[in-house]
Amino acid sequence: MFGGGGGGAAGGMPFGMNVVPSVLQQGASEDRGEGARMNAFVGALAVTDLVKTTLGPKGMDKILQSTGGDVQVTNDGATILKSIHIDNAAAKVLVDISKTQDDEVGDGTTSVCCLAGELLREAEKLLDLKMHPQTVVSGYRLAATAAAKALEAAAVDHGTDVDAFRVDLLNIARTTLSSKVLSQAKELFAKISVDAVLRLKGSTNLDHVQIIKKAGGSLADSWLEPGFILEKKLGVGQPKRIENANILIANTAMDTDKVKIYASRVRVDSLTRVAAIEQAEAEKMTAKVNKILAHGCNVFINRQLIYNRPEQAFTAAGVMAIEHADFDGVERLALVTGGEIVSTFDDPSAVSLGHCDVVSEDMIGEDAVIRFSGCKSGAACTIVLRGATGQLLDEAERSLHDALCVLSQTAVDTRTVLGGGAAEALMARAVDELAPTVAGKASLAVEAFARALRALPAIIADNAGYDSAELVAQLRAAHAAGDAEAGLDMNRGTIGNVRALGITESFKLKRQMLSSAVEAAEMIIRVDDIIKAAPRARDNPHPHM
Amino acid sequence: MSLAFDEYGRPFIIVEEQESKSRLKGIDALKANIAAGLSIARTLRTSLGPRGMDKMLQSPDGDITVTNDGATILEQMDVEHQVAKLMVSLSKSQDDEIGDGTTGVVVLAGALLEEASKLLDRGVHPTRIAEGFEAACEVCMPRLEAIADTVDTAANGHEELVQTAMTTLNSKIVHRMKRELAEMCVEAVLAVADLERRDVNLDLIKLDGKAGGKLEETKLVQGIVIDKDFSHPQMPKRVEDAKICILTCPFEPPKPKTKHKLDIDSVQQYQEMQEAEAAYFRDMVAAVKDSGANLVICQWGFDDEANHLLLKSQLPAVRWVGGVELELIALATGGRIIPRFSEISAAKLGSAGVVRELSFGTTHEHVIVLEGCAASKAVTIYVRGGNSMVVEEAKRSIHDALCVVRNLIRDSRIVYGGGASEIACSLAVAGAAEAVSGVTQYAMRGFADALDSVAMALAENAGLQPIDTVTAVKAAQVASASPQLGIDCLGAGTNDMKVQNVREALASKQQQLLHATQMVRMLLKIDDVISRDEDP
Repeated sequence: MFGGGGGGAAGGMPFGMNVVPSVLQQGASEDRGEGARMNAFVGALAVTDLVKTTLGPKGMDKILQSTGGDVQVTNDGATILKSIHIDNAAAKVLVDISKTQDDEVGDGTTSVCCLAGELLREAEKLLDLKMHPQTVVSGYRLAATAAAKALEAAAVDHGTDVDAFRVDLLNIARTTLSSKVLSQAKELFAKISVDAVLRLKGSTNLDHVQIIKKAGGSLADSWLEPGFILEKKLGVGQPKRIENANILIANTAMDTDKVKIYASRVRVDSLTRVAAIEQAEAEKMTAKVNKILAHGCNVFINRQLIYNRPEQAFTAAGVMAIEHADFDGVERLALVTGGEIVSTFDDPSAVSLGHCDVVSEDMIGEDAVIRFSGCKSGAACTIVLRGATGQLLDEAERSLHDALCVLSQTAVDTRTVLGGGAAEALMARAVDELAPTVAGKASLAVEAFARALRALPAIIADNAGYDSAELVAQLRAAHAAGDAEAGLDMNRGTIGNVRALGITESFKLKRQMLSSAVEAAEMIIRVDDIIKAAPRARDNPHPHM
Repeated sequence: MSLAFDEYGRPFIIVEEQESKSRLKGIDALKANIAAGLSIARTLRTSLGPRGMDKMLQSPDGDITVTNDGATILEQMDVEHQVAKLMVSLSKSQDDEIGDGTTGVVVLAGALLEEASKLLDRGVHPTRIAEGFEAACEVCMPRLEAIADTVDTAANGHEELVQTAMTTLNSKIVHRMKRELAEMCVEAVLAVADLERRDVNLDLIKLDGKAGGKLEETKLVQGIVIDKDFSHPQMPKRVEDAKICILTCPFEPPKPKTKHKLDIDSVQQYQEMQEAEAAYFRDMVAAVKDSGANLVICQWGFDDEANHLLLKSQLPAVRWVGGVELELIALATGGRIIPRFSEISAAKLGSAGVVRELSFGTTHEHVIVLEGCAASKAVTIYVRGGNSMVVEEAKRSIHDALCVVRNLIRDSRIVYGGGASEIACSLAVAGAAEAVSGVTQYAMRGFADALDSVAMALAENAGLQPIDTVTAVKAAQVASASPQLGIDCLGAGTNDMKVQNVREALASKQQQLLHATQMVRMLLKIDDVISRDEDP
């Protein structure tokens, strides 16, 4: 390796010249060889160290203050990484990887970052021994394959046994939630999220699960509403409760219809004419309302505003009219009630109405909401979150969302593995067994991979304030003795049987974590040159506002 | 800037704004140019070969690209120096023409420049160096053809093609999936290939991708993918035997370009206009329906009312489709782009076997896929991957693999990689040099050394002892007269590149040599650089 950082254009100027051509654009920089590697490793490790204290059931939270002054309290790795602005190329890779983990399985965002970081930490040591980065990479690849195989072999599938699967899901939910703010009410939320996900019947479309946050009460007051809740008010004087509702869902203008023919305008020459036009307008609207009523609906929901006159007409007809339901709301309602979103009203027979047993106005906390219960399509539901403060509710929503994501993914791929560091220890053992059989220097990298895997339980133990070296050594010994169910019991600070403790994680999550982390680490290890273009000139002195 | 002075000591002004320009002449200009070229080559040198390293590039907006594809690195390096730009275009032309070997060509050019600079130090005139290089290059071309092998592309279910594509993918981050991706590439190329004319139009293979999901979810779609939704959530998500109406007019009342005002002054007129307005929508939808279409693809948006009417007439529709995609759809389905509702007719409709919505992962993203298009065999490779960096890099890797497969179909002659062909050429050039007298002999030897230097870079990147390895291979090639021996970069235990399946298209290697030599010749001819100084 020659020529460390900043190797400019004509390295060393062997030609005795006075002009050294600069090749890059002004302001651009290039790091080569060791310099680049150092830059990449330092950045990636800094990010890892930043999030690693949030890992595990006893992980800590972070306060994030945005430039606007908003405060977030969270221990969700993806949220933390999304909110900090980073100017290090390698660190950005890690941020990206945790974001993807979030999109894909919804949880494990911190673990993936930690594992990638630990892999890099081990790689750095090997590189210091003058090992070729590509050799490290090939060792890691071998190890990752072995680890994935061990993980797959250890996975348990209860997909066919409904009761056992439910227990699995509850365990996964508890495990996920135990590291979050919801841990105090984790039994309740585990049940809520499992019920919600099971209602989806294998679909991963979390749109069907709506989360409503209402400040007030405590987290334990949250509940799962089997129907649908719309945060809207009813028109004045309209029935507050309708049984056996026929719902017409519309997306139409309910003011005087805008004339869509270009450049038309009304020009009149006397007041009486104005009155006449106005009359015509009103008649048009009345006609529209009558057409709507002809559909035989007793609940009318519009995405756009309903103005006073049509509202009056609806009230007179005893129809519940709800205005300005946002687009998501309308679409979800259409899904839930099986109705069609309608924009023209000339042909009542061709329009399918939505149905549900009861539509009623109810109070949550101090706010009136509209509740649709007994809906035709049972897949959808609403989770109402109660909690003391806005920040708490936001964090609760994030945690719940993580749990829902993991559960819905597990409902598709029903295999589970053990948590609490058991899966990592298991993989580490498999990799350890592989190491002596690998010829050549790559074997060192395989060993390093095992160490990186064992670093994860160590971080969990450290965060809980226990003697991590002791616990991890015990864990390793237990696994070497053939106890594949040994893991960390962070409530007692000992090694325990995690299957008995019910600490379960989704197989898909673990596998994704492993492959993403290895991919990210490999990407960073393989880099030997960082070229930064000159930053685009900005007028705004605070680019991250 | 060198100046000439008259007898009173005043400078002659020859070049406009002479003081603010700098000028390099003669040997200095040459050296400066060579230094700039070398600095680019040095950056790429470590990316050569299956165990080459990656570069991390940060764009002006802070986006990160991680790649070891030579053309991409140079494109994004944001170089300013004029000679460096030449190197960039060198790699680009290799990319455009061959699609592979973009790093190799730059590394070779760099090695040639280095040799040229040594010769310049010994006082050899640049033109003589250029001539020598040219002569050496002429020796290489027939030698390459002589050592080329022909592969039977059709044999064994195109296994040879798959193997070659896998070799290309080996050095990339997607190696995990190399078998699957290689098969996908071969299938895609064969789908659009004209085997009679031995030609492949790569434009018919669209590479598309979206971050998220796994690399394993990458798909080959026998048709076109558009990143859009159906306009109404309740429209059917699947249309069999689609008759597609491709519109570039919005479902809205017309907006004449002539400025006009429409005045309404009576109730009757007002009502008439309402009627007219509703009629517009009815007529538009009816026009589409009557033509027999069962799918509408529109460049513009729809009014809510039109949208609902479309739903009611069971006409699934896609709106806001970009112009490029619209043209691609029109080409592929054999439809005509229809600019006005009045011009819709059954003959202008395009047709496709199945149009359906495809969804991915947890994120509720959908794309619409048109399969079994009537007119052309367009295929799309839809790449999925952990993050945008992986997706982009995978797309580049697949592009390389596609090019390699295409090259083999065009011309099934190959040479062996891993430095084998470079060493074979180097031996040939060194041998030929002996027969030439004068300075040219030195230049030709320089060329041979440069070729060795490429092989050394390969060995270096693989973590091997460069000099030991290259000389050993060279001796082995002479001893066994086998041009298949190269550098065992992957530690497979054999130097025989035929066994390792490491090969390159003959055309690719020839282009590399020709392009690199040409570029160096051009550089050697420049003896004066006049440039404006940077603003202080």
